[in-house]
Amino acid sequence: MSLDAEIHVTLGTFEQRLHLDVADGEVVAVLGPNGSGKSTLLRALAGLRPLSGGRIVLDDQVLDDPDAKVLVPPEHRQCGMLFQDYLLFPHLTAVANVAFGLRSRGASNADADERALEWLGRMGLADKAQSKPRQLSGGQAQRVALARALATDPRLLLLDEPMAALDVGTRGSVRHHLRRHLAEFTGSCVLVTHDPLDAAAIADRLVIIEAGRLAQQGTLKEITTRPRTAYIAGLMGLNLLSARASGTTLTLANGATLEAASPATGEVFVVIAPQSIALYPGRPEGSPRNTWPTRVSEIHLMGDRVRVLVDEPVPVTAEITAVSLAELGLTEGSPVWASVKATQIDTYPAHDG
Amino acid sequence: MAAPQRRRRPPLFVLAAASLTVAFLAIPLIGLLTEASWNTLWHDLTTPVALDALKLSLICSLWATGLSLVLGVPLAWVLARTQLPGRNLVRALATLPMVLPPVVAGVALLLAFGRDGLLGKPLYNLFGIQFPFTTAGAVLAETFVAMPFLIITVEAALRSMDGRYEEAAANLGAGRWRTFRRVTLPMIAPSLIAGTALTWARALGEFGATITFAGNIQGRTQTLPLAVYLALQNNEHVAIALSLALLAVSIVVLVSLRGRWLGATRS
Repeated sequence: MSLDAEIHVTLGTFEQRLHLDVADGEVVAVLGPNGSGKSTLLRALAGLRPLSGGRIVLDDQVLDDPDAKVLVPPEHRQCGMLFQDYLLFPHLTAVANVAFGLRSRGASNADADERALEWLGRMGLADKAQSKPRQLSGGQAQRVALARALATDPRLLLLDEPMAALDVGTRGSVRHHLRRHLAEFTGSCVLVTHDPLDAAAIADRLVIIEAGRLAQQGTLKEITTRPRTAYIAGLMGLNLLSARASGTTLTLANGATLEAASPATGEVFVVIAPQSIALYPGRPEGSPRNTWPTRVSEIHLMGDRVRVLVDEPVPVTAEITAVSLAELGLTEGSPVWASVKATQIDTYPAHDG
Repeated sequence: MAAPQRRRRPPLFVLAAASLTVAFLAIPLIGLLTEASWNTLWHDLTTPVALDALKLSLICSLWATGLSLVLGVPLAWVLARTQLPGRNLVRALATLPMVLPPVVAGVALLLAFGRDGLLGKPLYNLFGIQFPFTTAGAVLAETFVAMPFLIITVEAALRSMDGRYEEAAANLGAGRWRTFRRVTLPMIAPSLIAGTALTWARALGEFGATITFAGNIQGRTQTLPLAVYLALQNNEHVAIALSLALLAVSIVVLVSLRGRWLGATRS
């Protein structure tokens, strides 16, 4: 076990209570809505926000333990951080930015410069060594910042929304690049993001926090097949409903019922992929069992796909093609029939264990 | 293509008032320039009184600027970066000399650092240190009046600087002092330079506090503005020549600032 953190932070009315373990060489992605405490978590690990309770241990060294009155200041932690907008020092060249940490930790100027150049070379930026940050593109700045964070040979690497400042076009290659460098990194890595795509591409494990608490953790597969909160289901693009199961009949809180293919009992979560919900202008022929009339509440265009939110009795999102949308002639408030096959309805117990 | 929109002319009475203001600001300068006897200018500037005043002013204003930097930057940092109680009170105290009549500042300094003053008396009795009628007194008076310009300029720059750069430096292993020297100072450099220039200009022009507190002794406390005032009564040519010298310095400072005063330094 490399990082073992029990984080208690109180900020006004916001309270964070969270446990986080990260093994050597493991990359953990922390996802959560805005204000869920993702940044607070990173700041606590970096020592920029002292804990109000709990304990942070990195490689058997206690970094923060308010009860024992131990607090290692940020400059004495072996912890590299990639800040959200990189925060490259604007008055220093790329190579001086990378050398900054090495010099701060006692390397001679010549030695620091040499190693900084080596790092820039590894990032494919040897020719940008003398450039100032404002002369670099977003992707280049991110690589310089990553080199700067890795150059001090940290045991813990923190990445705060590393993709957020990049335009969509460059994200793919930067994500690929980041994954390659993280694969070589032997310490523990915590990546904060709100993009499940980044998390899936880079991380070994996902930790999802909401309102300062752990909402769910596991591999991407575990989370996409068994989301436990509406936020997580939304993140994965899935419909999540709560129901009471009795055999194959699922009763929602508002009394509406759905028929699942496999039986269950008690409180369950119901997951339906938006792609498996079909929309019809009228009652469909040879009615599948789960068919109900409803109204369109919202329409979101996503390229050639369209997400249509329908209202009661079963408020879900259906994903259809733009062509279908045009054929159905739907607008917000249109009446529509929705249906889903019983085999496309997945259920699992709402309570752990 | 749409026809370019005609801009509405400002109201006439506003234009008239504005023109009047421009004239009011410009005419004194024109007076100074036209009344100067340009062919004796060099001779006037090199009279012993003028030379003494020039030399003393340079020394005093540079000392005052240096002291303001040493004393003012730490205070600006404390005001901008800490949550210490009473900061607003301290900020008011630090800016008070900007609005205080300089002669009042001189009286206050006299009561504090004069031979019989609050601090001046023990200083004189114990160490023989005295400020009135000494160059040190002139430096003290200039520092008191000029330092606020540095403090508020640097504080504004520190506030507008993104504090997360300092966190990034700490994360990279830099202690507070290294962070300040290598990150904070370079990032606020434009404002620091602007504040220093303003402080120097204010110190150079200081009159009321200096004459009240330090006196008017040629070669010791008689700085340029004091020399101008005295020369006006017996040798107008010298007064105008010295005024021109001060005007030239002011213009140089103004041009070099180019609106940087209180400007954000975020890049």
